[in-house]
Amino acid sequence: MDRRAVAARFSATRRKGGLVNRWRTISRVLAGLAAVVVAGCAGRPVAGLRGTGDLGIVIERASGSVQIVDHSGRRSLGRIEGLGDLSHAHATVSRDGRYAYVFGRDGGLTKLDLLAGRIDRRIIQAGNSIGGSISQDGRLVVAQNYQPGGIKAFDADTLAPVAEVAAEYAPGRFSKVVGLADVPGQGFAYALFDAGEIWVTDFTDPSAPRTRRFAAGKQPYDGLVTPGGRYFMAGLFGEDGIALLDLWQPEQGVRRILDGYGRGEDKLPVFKMPHLRGWAVADGKAYLPAVGRHEVLVVDVTDWREVGRIAVAGQPVFVMARPDGRQVWVNFAFPDNALVQVIDTLEGAVIDTLSPGRAVLHMEFTPRGEAVWVSARDDDRVTVYDTATRKALAVLPARAPSGIFFTARAARIGF
Amino acid sequence: MTDGHENRLGYAKEGLVVRLLVSRMLVSSVLAVAAVGGAGAAEPDLVRRAQLVSMVRQDCGSCHGLRLTGGLGPALLPDSLSGKPAAALIAAVLGGRPGTAMPGWSRFLSGAEAAWIVEQLQRGFPPLAERGGW
Repeated sequence: MDRRAVAARFSATRRKGGLVNRWRTISRVLAGLAAVVVAGCAGRPVAGLRGTGDLGIVIERASGSVQIVDHSGRRSLGRIEGLGDLSHAHATVSRDGRYAYVFGRDGGLTKLDLLAGRIDRRIIQAGNSIGGSISQDGRLVVAQNYQPGGIKAFDADTLAPVAEVAAEYAPGRFSKVVGLADVPGQGFAYALFDAGEIWVTDFTDPSAPRTRRFAAGKQPYDGLVTPGGRYFMAGLFGEDGIALLDLWQPEQGVRRILDGYGRGEDKLPVFKMPHLRGWAVADGKAYLPAVGRHEVLVVDVTDWREVGRIAVAGQPVFVMARPDGRQVWVNFAFPDNALVQVIDTLEGAVIDTLSPGRAVLHMEFTPRGEAVWVSARDDDRVTVYDTATRKALAVLPARAPSGIFFTARAARIGF
Repeated sequence: MTDGHENRLGYAKEGLVVRLLVSRMLVSSVLAVAAVGGAGAAEPDLVRRAQLVSMVRQDCGSCHGLRLTGGLGPALLPDSLSGKPAAALIAAVLGGRPGTAMPGWSRFLSGAEAAWIVEQLQRGFPPLAERGGW
């Protein structure tokens, strides 16, 4: 509202007289001015007064930048630079949905203010990092690191260091940490690639975290916690099978599921490690990438028995259920990474094969799943698909895009 | 390529011996292939070099990092590769490293191309070319 408009309103009020009217108008004007002042203080705001529930970020891995996006408007709101080495970058979201914490390969941890469109804080917390997660109460952000191997907890507001758990599985031997997921009870579950173990750390007392260790199997490469937070699963690279830990009854130890799913056959080469996360569960079944086989493995989550296998176009990397569970979308490792396949979970079969561009690295569903955003690194674009028709709704230019992270993750266990 | 990495993965002794044997056999066969491919095979041209740079930084980079500082796989910087014979590195690129997550890339690379990649890695790998519109 400019000055002339304000003056016009005041004069109109004066003409009409009426104290009540005048006060109402004055307070409206003041509220308007206050909003302008607040927005002005926020630096480079990406928008005026608005919520964050439909915001997200797209990682631009090779240029150390991210775009802030709006998945209602299917548009980019701006770019933030200066985030360092974003190969394999991962992000978790603050409880209020305003901040994204981006974990870079170089150990950088950057807190982005999605509303102000700027970096709020940034630290270098490790030599080589792989991702992170946020605690149940939203107060701790925890990074999982390759170098030095272990996890580190930071104050979610200030990024001040709070606690550290070194992944020292034998005297002087440290493991790379993979698959970190927050679990109920201020806990974090994760797997140790070099040690073949699952660890669960309780941060109820952040100054004195308590860790329990469980034998898991050879070379766990990633992990997930089921949507309710009860089970933690670690996929194994070094053998055919998945390690399953019941977090309600951890004393029972790790149980193996899908044991020997390769049936002793030679593995196909894996040119990119698959990823796991809680999106794998749809309608009572878990859809998991086989390792060294071009298959998606289907497991009944009530008894953890294999109930099916679905042949797909390559080594699956992300196997992601649409939020309603009716579809599962799959992307692939090099050299089949120009394709995305869609599985209908009722039919248990691939119903569509899409070509979103070269080097499809990631997919992210909108919170209720009517659309999915797909990044194609080597074609510098993100394509938004209607999941029902599989028609492209929008194409957004992006520099070598990789991970896409929407703020709806803030409300999900294990993200 | 016995830098103790296999040992750290905690294989049983018998398994390790078998793996080392298989690994040696693979290395020698791949070396033979590399030697054949290398003999007379020209160095990759400029267009192919750009593809190889992108492949190494982006696809190899998913385990080794875009900046080749390491990830699930080891760092591929000149310092980290010093003291390792080029032939063994070429063999690892083409044939993979059994017992680790490193696959063989011989489906996608000739011996001469693998040799060029190793040479560049040991020297300090070229940066990604910027694409139009960046």
